[in-house]
Amino acid sequence: MLSFLSRRLFVAFCVCVTVSALSFALMFLSGDPAIAIAGAGGRAEDAEAIRIAYGFDRPLIVQYLDWIGSAVTGDLGQSIYFNLPVTEIIGNRVGVTLTLGFISFLVALAVAVPLGIAAALRPNGWIDRIALIIAVSGQAIPSFWLGLMAIVVFGVWYGMVPISGAESWQGFILPVIVLSYYAVPELMRITRSGMIDVLATDYVRAARAKGLPMHLVISRHALRNAVLPLVSLAAVQLGQLLSGSIVIESVFALNGLGRLAWESLLRSDLPVVQAIILVLSLLYVLLTTCADILNAVLDPRLRGAT
Amino acid sequence: MMLDIRDLRVSLPTERGLLNAVRGVDLQIARGQTLCLVGESGCGKSLTATSIMGLLTRQAQITTDRFEMAGQDLTRKPAAGLARMRGRDVAMIFQDPTSALNPTLTVGRQLTEGVMRSEKLSRRAAEARAVEMLERVGISNPAARLAQYPHGFSGGQRQRIMIASALMGRPKLLIADEPTTALDVTIQAQILQLLGELQADLGLSILLITHDLGVVAAIADDVAVMYAGRIVERAPARDLFVRPRHPYTRGLLAAIPVPGVTPRGSALPAIPGRVPGLIGTLRGCAFRDRCAQAAPDCAADPVPRHGIGAGRFVECVNPEEAST
Ligand SMILES: Nc1ncnc2c1ncn2[C@@H]1O[C@H](COP(=O)(O)OP(=O)(O)OP(=O)(O)O)[C@@H](O)[C@H]1O
Ligand SMILES: [Mg+2]
Repeated sequence: MLSFLSRRLFVAFCVCVTVSALSFALMFLSGDPAIAIAGAGGRAEDAEAIRIAYGFDRPLIVQYLDWIGSAVTGDLGQSIYFNLPVTEIIGNRVGVTLTLGFISFLVALAVAVPLGIAAALRPNGWIDRIALIIAVSGQAIPSFWLGLMAIVVFGVWYGMVPISGAESWQGFILPVIVLSYYAVPELMRITRSGMIDVLATDYVRAARAKGLPMHLVISRHALRNAVLPLVSLAAVQLGQLLSGSIVIESVFALNGLGRLAWESLLRSDLPVVQAIILVLSLLYVLLTTCADILNAVLDPRLRGAT
Repeated sequence: MMLDIRDLRVSLPTERGLLNAVRGVDLQIARGQTLCLVGESGCGKSLTATSIMGLLTRQAQITTDRFEMAGQDLTRKPAAGLARMRGRDVAMIFQDPTSALNPTLTVGRQLTEGVMRSEKLSRRAAEARAVEMLERVGISNPAARLAQYPHGFSGGQRQRIMIASALMGRPKLLIADEPTTALDVTIQAQILQLLGELQADLGLSILLITHDLGVVAAIADDVAVMYAGRIVERAPARDLFVRPRHPYTRGLLAAIPVPGVTPRGSALPAIPGRVPGLIGTLRGCAFRDRCAQAAPDCAADPVPRHGIGAGRFVECVNPEEAST
């Protein structure tokens, strides 16, 4: 396990370095950042002054190390638009997105996993059909439309929940439903197919031959093997949900990370965009690393145990 | 009777129609006896065994006229009765040992979990029994190996672990589906000897499925020869080897090389032709297309069954002629 862990963490570290270098390079993707900051109509002297003030005249490697050095200490630079530290701006917005993302993820798992298992136990049974309908509709209905319909029905017609904003917890109900509805189909399908595969294996039949009751056969023998593919998918899904959905945040007027990224792009507020990309990429690295470690805990073959 | 099953029929839905894989099988095994079930690949041996355990897929349609096992009448409600008997009264060793162990659980856990539940044994007592069983099937250093996962064992070792696992609950009836195919001859002999010992110790009854007529000769009290989903001949082992009655049995026996008798390098007499498809109904003798003694009567249905003495029968229109 130790050698697996150190190998996996080394890979994660390498990915982090690559990802941070790429996010750093973004700054230069749109050409000379000094000109970008000075604006399209800016004079050459202004651009030159900005170049010196921001340190763009230094060698790239020095700039990168300088940038990553401050990023590690929590300093992601100044927003050009707000003229505030990027960390502060992101800090103000990240709470809404994280709350929404985590809750939606938990709700989606709580629906998808039991439903997937129940569907797998009786393929083509009535639970399986309902699950199929949920999966197909969840994938076919665009979330902005579902969000708007939910607002119209539950917010406007019935007035049961606030139609926008995150001032009270009720404001999260509709976005959570819409977002988790979007996440359920894939999670459920992978649970169902994994479970069907595992239930057909010889070791499940052997477990039944030992006289174990069905609930133990499922929980001890089947589930553990069936969740292996689910873990990897769930990590990616959680990453998506935590990145903030521009559509959902816009429809429900939530000031989260997704909207911030979108607005900053429109404003060419590059330090903010860059910081968001860096943070989200690192989040993905963290999540996939955790998923791999969890899988290794579940499956001894992956961690090279005997 | 440890096992008394009459007219077992198993049908499986397939894309091409209903596959009547087992078409009226009778099996009787007395306490402490070994019945070997032989027959060529695909004749329905594993389906017969798995349906006795009640572990066939849900789609399978299974019917019996009588089903008694270890003193319980299971004819009416086989599923409920079998759920209580599996692992304690009846145990099974499956055909493929490499996939019958869960890759994510230690061998110790998989050996002990059954008896810890059914006999309410403590972990320590269950592990002690597991060590004893592993020792008996010839796994060295068993105590240390309980903590290992299946992928740390060779194919033959896994098969022996499966055998140990089936014996953990001290069953009265053991169904073993080709338990020694992956093992080399010394281990095979050891396992057969172990089964013999258990039989003496515990009065274990065994239904052993095998291709290997050498194994049959070593362990069987009785032999049932299966062809295309039916038992075509059943006899005490000795009688069967000495005087096979069914043309198919004779073909099977002729296909074994006998050292000193079969000329070296000569082709063994294979049975010509192929097994009939079992989709839909099959009338008359299933073997008649391949049979050298086939006569017009062989198409008559049902095929007459001739009882010959106690515990012996042959299903053939003309068994006397076949035996000469
Ligand atoms: N789940 C299934 N679905 C459809 N057909 C099946 C299924 N299991 C077995 N069969 C078919 O039923 C027939 C009997 O299979 P079975 O496994 O009992 O053969 P067998 O006598 O054990 O053969 P072998 O010696 O090769 O193990 C075969 O023709 C096989 O193709
Ligand atoms: Mg078989």
